[in-house]
Amino acid sequence: MTRRSPLVFGLIGAGCALLALEAMHSKLMTPAGAARMARSAELVRRAGLTDLALFTEARFARNPALADLHTAFQDSPLSFEHFPSGTFAPRPAAGFGQGTLRFGTEEDAR
Amino acid sequence: MTPWVRRQQALADYTLAAMARRRVKNIGLLLIYALVIFVIASATLFSTALRHEAEIVLAEAPELIVQNLVMGRHDMISAEIIEELEAIRGVGGVTGRLWGYFYDRVNGANYTLMVPLDPKMVPPAGQALFGEALPRTRGLGWDTAPLFLSRYPGDLFRLDPAGRLSHESALVSADLILLGEEDFRAFFDLPPAVYTDIAVSIRNSREIDTIVAKAGKLLPNARLVTRDEISRTYQKLFYWREGIMVAMAGASVLAFAIFAAEKASGLSAEETREIGILKAIGWDTRDVIAMKLWEGGLISLGAFLFGTGLAYLHVFAFDAALFASVLKGWSVIYPDFRLTPMIDGVQLTALFFLTVLPYTAATIVPIWRAATADPDQVMR
Repeated sequence: MTRRSPLVFGLIGAGCALLALEAMHSKLMTPAGAARMARSAELVRRAGLTDLALFTEARFARNPALADLHTAFQDSPLSFEHFPSGTFAPRPAAGFGQGTLRFGTEEDAR
Repeated sequence: MTPWVRRQQALADYTLAAMARRRVKNIGLLLIYALVIFVIASATLFSTALRHEAEIVLAEAPELIVQNLVMGRHDMISAEIIEELEAIRGVGGVTGRLWGYFYDRVNGANYTLMVPLDPKMVPPAGQALFGEALPRTRGLGWDTAPLFLSRYPGDLFRLDPAGRLSHESALVSADLILLGEEDFRAFFDLPPAVYTDIAVSIRNSREIDTIVAKAGKLLPNARLVTRDEISRTYQKLFYWREGIMVAMAGASVLAFAIFAAEKASGLSAEETREIGILKAIGWDTRDVIAMKLWEGGLISLGAFLFGTGLAYLHVFAFDAALFASVLKGWSVIYPDFRLTPMIDGVQLTALFFLTVLPYTAATIVPIWRAATADPDQVMR
């Protein structure tokens, strides 16, 4: 019977080595990545940016942190979603119906 | 070599020989298994790297943004409010932000025009700093090529390049046009004493909540967005996106789970007969179970290593090419960015336990049942 185990163990070892190399690669790339991100953060600070330029097709996708998320029919009636990236922008997990009704500043202070 | 190691090696050899008899089925199983792990691991790695990047980069966003709301929608905010906000104790600086969108009919892209907060960064009149994607999508072939924007038929607004924003910050600046205040107001035909919103810097981060409460009382109709909220929005967004990707892979995961459970838990007549023969020639129940554990372990470990290794290469060497079309949506502008490789050990370990262990465990029960039965009965 031909012994297949050395070949298969070799392949498993190669797979482990690949993962180890990738882990090492990610460690080696960390300083350069951190420097790059620091430069991006510097741009964010100097320009006063608030959002990532990941989706640019609609304002609730381009600036999800600042968009009118609570306003219905933002672009046209009967159109809840018409951009595919709307699928990726979730409804806020908290904040709906969690406020309290107060009457005047006295009650607010209490 | 200790007897235990020799014994395991012999068991592995036997298992591999048995698997080789059903070569096509086992290789097919390994490939599908690896593909499922590849999709889930790609989504996890991609989302983790984006989340990390957003967290670090947006940590420098303004501490507080004050927006005016009219009829439930964002509206321009009066410059007079700047003084009112400056009067709140603990506020470091208050600056009006000018930014807006422009739809370019030439290429169907949306740009974000903005006046930088830092006066040193403001380009001279008639000039602008362009984000990475702008020259690319508008075909501005050389560095000094001017940009002409048309707001209505017959109109041309010229902006000469004061420079280009670095390619490496594309994730935050791909669609940006940074220009001076006069040019911005002229372009959007904006009156002088209004801003898009107001950025407030706060000296002591522990005072943010107090200042937000004070500002909320001062401007009851305003929307106040803190830096923490911005960061949380993105954390949620990427968790959500990762979830969507995994959900999209959900159907295939389910199909695979059924396939694997069928393969792992139900024994074919041929396999049952094989176990009967092994028992008849003197194999112990433990040997039979160990052999099947080797089979499950080799397939699931191989699939995990293969799938995860390829997922890393897909996300960080090939810029998540398979996801790009899903993420791009309808955008004409999509930043050309490269993520910093990052492996989240906890997530990978969870993936390992969620994929390797259940499959290996699922193989044990039916084998144990067959292996403990009488050989004569099993072979019939």
